[in-house]
Amino acid sequence: MLQLRPILSTLSRHRTAALLIVLEIALTCAIVCNAVFLIANRIERLHFPSGLADSELVYVSTSSIGRDPESPANTRIDLAALRAIPGVRSVAIVNEIPYGNESDNTGLSMAPEQKAPTIDVSIYKADAGGIDTLGLRLLGGRDFKADEVMEGREFDASSDPQIPSAIISRAVAERVFPGRDPIGQVIYLFNSHPTRVVGLVDRLVRPQPRNDDAHDLYSVILPVRQTFNAGMYMLRTDPGLRVAVLEAAKQALDRRDGRRVASDSGLFTDLRDDFYRADVQMVWLLAGVCAALLVVTAFGIVGLASFWVQQRTRMIGTRRALGATRAQILHYFQTENLLLTSAGIALGMLGAYAINQWLMTQYELPRLPLLYLPLGALMLWSLGQLAVLAPARRAAALPPAHAMRGLAD
Amino acid sequence: MFLYYFDLALRSFRSARGLTALMVLTIAMGIGASMTTLTTFRALSGDPLPGRSDTVLRVELDAAERATFVPGKEPDNQLTRFDAEALLRDRHAFRQAAMSGGSASIEPAADAPGALKPFNSSARYTTADFFAMFDVPFRYGQGWTAADDADKAAVVVLSKELNEKVFGGANSVGRTLRLDNADYRVIGVLDAWQPVPYFFDLNVGRYRKTEGVFLPLALAAERHLGNNGNVTCWGDSPTPDFRVLEAPCSWLQYWVQVRTPSERQAFLDYLTQYSVQQHAAGRFQRDPNPRLHPVMEWLSVEHVVPSDVRLQLWLAFGFLAVCLVNTVGLLLAKCLRRAPEIGVRRALGASRRAVFAQFLVEAGTIGLAGGALGLVFAWFGVWVVHSGTQSGAQWVHMDATTLVTTFALAVAATLLAGLIPAWRACDVSPASQLKAS
Repeated sequence: MLQLRPILSTLSRHRTAALLIVLEIALTCAIVCNAVFLIANRIERLHFPSGLADSELVYVSTSSIGRDPESPANTRIDLAALRAIPGVRSVAIVNEIPYGNESDNTGLSMAPEQKAPTIDVSIYKADAGGIDTLGLRLLGGRDFKADEVMEGREFDASSDPQIPSAIISRAVAERVFPGRDPIGQVIYLFNSHPTRVVGLVDRLVRPQPRNDDAHDLYSVILPVRQTFNAGMYMLRTDPGLRVAVLEAAKQALDRRDGRRVASDSGLFTDLRDDFYRADVQMVWLLAGVCAALLVVTAFGIVGLASFWVQQRTRMIGTRRALGATRAQILHYFQTENLLLTSAGIALGMLGAYAINQWLMTQYELPRLPLLYLPLGALMLWSLGQLAVLAPARRAAALPPAHAMRGLAD
Repeated sequence: MFLYYFDLALRSFRSARGLTALMVLTIAMGIGASMTTLTTFRALSGDPLPGRSDTVLRVELDAAERATFVPGKEPDNQLTRFDAEALLRDRHAFRQAAMSGGSASIEPAADAPGALKPFNSSARYTTADFFAMFDVPFRYGQGWTAADDADKAAVVVLSKELNEKVFGGANSVGRTLRLDNADYRVIGVLDAWQPVPYFFDLNVGRYRKTEGVFLPLALAAERHLGNNGNVTCWGDSPTPDFRVLEAPCSWLQYWVQVRTPSERQAFLDYLTQYSVQQHAAGRFQRDPNPRLHPVMEWLSVEHVVPSDVRLQLWLAFGFLAVCLVNTVGLLLAKCLRRAPEIGVRRALGASRRAVFAQFLVEAGTIGLAGGALGLVFAWFGVWVVHSGTQSGAQWVHMDATTLVTTFALAVAATLLAGLIPAWRACDVSPASQLKAS
């Protein structure tokens, strides 16, 4: 059944062509394995959850022309106006939101005189009720109490803000209090004043997540009431009412007074989509290149196999005349293709590994999981078999008498 | 002879239409993909300051605390206000400017075109040399002077776009701009000016539109105009305002222009000396570690070209490599199939050289056709990138260089691909082929 010897001896007489096809398959294998891995990586990144109730939130921001001395009072009036909009469940004002441009970061220390901070965290500032508006899941402890909340201006003007309490994300808790209950523990943020952890939320992503690891989830919420110039309003509503609520919110703020400039506003999910747009495009681009590579390689195999069938017409005729069945001719070309693809895959695996090594140094990518190698091999074997099928069937269909005389058609 | 080979090539294409089309298409796809990514890469990694990028330098001082020092790490790329003012005062370089990004609300006058509502504009707060150092073109008027910086004169320079928006593109020099509840006298309007990348302050956006208004830095700091960009503070005592002179916060970009390499060395020596002094005075905790980066080096230190764009470039050239290997294979198959024809030509007196040349011309012709089709693909690809959301995409355009490179690359690549088949073709022995047929 196995016809390895005649195949090998034929191939050795077409070394250049055989080598080329092996090389092409190897290159394709190496690139496609890594491209698919990159695609999987990007898709994982796209699904990195924010921890917020994404589809129920809209954001609106506004700023005054120049400084507004009455901004705390005006902020309260704004909040009341926004809460009065039909369909709005709750409203909060925060200093930064995931996928936004604002980002406030500081070092978190475990001791007052610590030289270098333990970790770097993103600082979210919110009033009591803020975590509920954002849709964060409280795992333990409690929300802020009204008497803990500090005015944003007071916080900004103080060179030594004393923050009594903080709510931390689970990622922070697991990093700085491993195996311990974080509620009631003490952290140090800006200075030597202790801040007590009063609440634990499951997840809250930094404004600009990039690496999709724990570091992107190091967030701390502080009880600070922002003013409208230094924050943005987050409105929680039903998914279906978002567009109407957004328009009503913009109008409500516009009506408030003429000394305002409307800034950014939109649906939170749109903000998230914009943030990840480049990644989505990259996924499509990588997928397109993979498809193009596979098509080109398949055509290469078809082209070369057709040529070989044509060239070996006489041999096929002789074999058929000597009693070889059509199936045997078919298998001959299929086995030949299997050998070539296998060689290409073997070489391609080494290439895939080398490219991955290089990508790891350039793009902070993890190592290519071993699972990709058999998957890539399977894909190329199928591709090779599929591509060779038509030429091989044509070879098998040659009438022996014609073939003997060297007539391909 | 060339024309004859060309004619032979066309005949051979007609006799194998499918195979030829396949080869042209393959080459075109590879070339199209490569040229699209190459054009994008070139647009995003171009020289934003042609002719001057070697002599305009970014200044870095290592002013941060010792506790966070990491050996070998690039120092903080921004300066504190204290250091920036000290360097400006000393004026040791040919030109120097400190700057920061910001934003300000603008209330257009009642006669502004289209009853414009108040709006926020991006702003740049800087010092007098900014315009001369970066060779900024003026449409009307000019920039301010060092005396205006010192006096905190309420003057403003507008970008071309903002002048069009607020003053309808007229010569607005001498008019008043209402900005954050205060009046500023317009002293200059820029002509079209768009550095790509936005090299002097990458924190406000690596590829972004030129800021709308330019104001004296000292004035903006005094009036607390809104600041945009990165602010890094260190030390135990947090300061409520990073803009005050003594604040241990870096937030200013500092650039100098030198005329000669010796001036550059002299300026670096001066920075080292300054660092030593500050260290002795107790302000700097780290050892002197000043750096000077010319524009292009600065862009590479900051990895300004998005890593995805680099990745796409590699990917496209990988794809081109596969396309080429494929073309070599197909050309080889095509040429071996024509062994009898070669045998006849050789028997009739064609030399090996002639056969070799004939097959190279054939390969080159495929390259030309592939290049032409590749150009269409590249044009389409560039259009897709241009209308995409990659930051800086709006500055990706098809240009003459891309056009020429596309054809050159296509022909060179196919000639390379044609070498093996042509070599094999001229190696055909006439006798055996004639006998076989």
